[in-house]
Amino acid sequence: MKLFAGIDVGSTYTKAVVLDEDDQIVGRALRPTGFRLGHAAEQALEEALMACGGTTDDVAYQVATGFGRHRVKAADASVTDLTAASRGTRRLFPGTQTVLDIGGQTVKASRLDDAGKVHAFRLNDKCAAGTGAFLEKSARYMGYETEEIGALAATSKEAVPISGVCAVFAESEVINHLSQGCSPADIMRGAMVSLVERSLQLLKRVKMEPEYTLIGGILRYPSMVVELKRRIESDAVNVPGEDLSQYCNALGAAVLATRREKKLQES
Amino acid sequence: MAYSAGVDVGSTQTKAIILSEDGMIVGRALTMTGANVIQAAEHAYAVAVKDSGLSEEEIQFIIGTGYGRYKVTFGNAQVTEISCHARGAAHAFPNTTTILDMGGQDTKAIRIGAGGDVLDFCMNDKCAAGTGRFLGAASSALDIPLDDLGPMALRGTKPVRISTTCTVFAESEILSWLGKGKEIEDILLGVHQSIASRSVGLLRRVGVEEEITFTGGVARNVGMIGALEEVLKVRLNVSEESHYMGALGAALFALDHILASRQPASSSGGAA
Repeated sequence: MKLFAGIDVGSTYTKAVVLDEDDQIVGRALRPTGFRLGHAAEQALEEALMACGGTTDDVAYQVATGFGRHRVKAADASVTDLTAASRGTRRLFPGTQTVLDIGGQTVKASRLDDAGKVHAFRLNDKCAAGTGAFLEKSARYMGYETEEIGALAATSKEAVPISGVCAVFAESEVINHLSQGCSPADIMRGAMVSLVERSLQLLKRVKMEPEYTLIGGILRYPSMVVELKRRIESDAVNVPGEDLSQYCNALGAAVLATRREKKLQES
Repeated sequence: MAYSAGVDVGSTQTKAIILSEDGMIVGRALTMTGANVIQAAEHAYAVAVKDSGLSEEEIQFIIGTGYGRYKVTFGNAQVTEISCHARGAAHAFPNTTTILDMGGQDTKAIRIGAGGDVLDFCMNDKCAAGTGRFLGAASSALDIPLDDLGPMALRGTKPVRISTTCTVFAESEILSWLGKGKEIEDILLGVHQSIASRSVGLLRRVGVEEEITFTGGVARNVGMIGALEEVLKVRLNVSEESHYMGALGAALFALDHILASRQPASSSGGAA
């Protein structure tokens, strides 16, 4: 068996995707990154291999990505998140021109050229406002856990305006709204709307064009997808199905692994 | 004897001071602000009045300050916390030219002239980095009481370099330094240095000129005093009342009102 692996060591979760020789996804796995980044990468890969009955010996080429990519000792190569995202999104949606990746601690907007190369990008990685951490903090201030965010926001009737300037300052804002009788659902939805506005600013700066592909862990909340689609104002907004939005960068890394191995064989 | 009061409703804590007309602090209170701001103001005031042993009727003028100053519904007037800190600091240290006020959620650099008039100020209103909240993040990440952080930081010898700007991300950075085997004291020293360098940036925007008075709740933290003095290369004025400086300033403004309203009354009395 000849397999190709992509491993995305993100700030919050580590994801692994395994492709077979026919470019089909045969295994994937996700685990919390924690502090032992290299260990998380090994475990995610082992788990993904288990799904297709493979072993690490079957992996012909392995590409790492994500903020912890340099800690993946077994990797044959490493690429930036943006490169991985361009490959992953084009693989799922070949018409992708603009990618928005909202993770737990970073937001990235990028614009691809015809060859699928990253032409322009903008990041927000110094400030938690505008990232998944903003939603987590807002939920926490109201006594909810991360896992409850999606269901909570889904029951909202009307989003409460949240300024979204700073995830720490949001605490007093959230508490004020609660004390004025706003529902936690409407506040949660308001936090999402504010997150979407921040993402839109990044998108505008890379000169957004359809088709759009939205990826990253935060897309697992259906309300985020609804709000993003509303603001992007385009019919050409793609969201990977089957929970693939979280695995898109690992998939991109795995796609690159197949290409590079092929090149090595040819040379 | 006439008495005035100042109530400083901060984002984290509410402070109240009762002042006698000769400028002595006769009562004080420090309480948590919490979600109900009106109640927090009332409660802090009641505690301070009780502490003074006076009855509420004896207090002639009350001024509210701080972010919740308009929630001091029983107050006679409101004054911004910038003016109140300036007034309080100038009262405690008459040679003060620059003030650094570090509170639970915001940090302000204030430049003052003679008598405590505010000439210029600058604050972080968009980001919690460089405020007391950064210490709060360290406290919860390391599970160490807030009051112990400063003394522990002073014992550090090889400070780590905190690279995150955002208070939210700082928590995970602190934990990752712990994971790498760094001493807690060295991590805390790094945390204090990081906040100090941010606030000095703020100070530079209004011009750093001696004497510098450090006010606000974080001024009680010896580690922060040390880290700031190291960056600024000067000694800071730190009052035992640093925490109450805004409330003290408000009470001083309230005293002005009492004394000003008395003068025409006494002069007309003299004429008759």
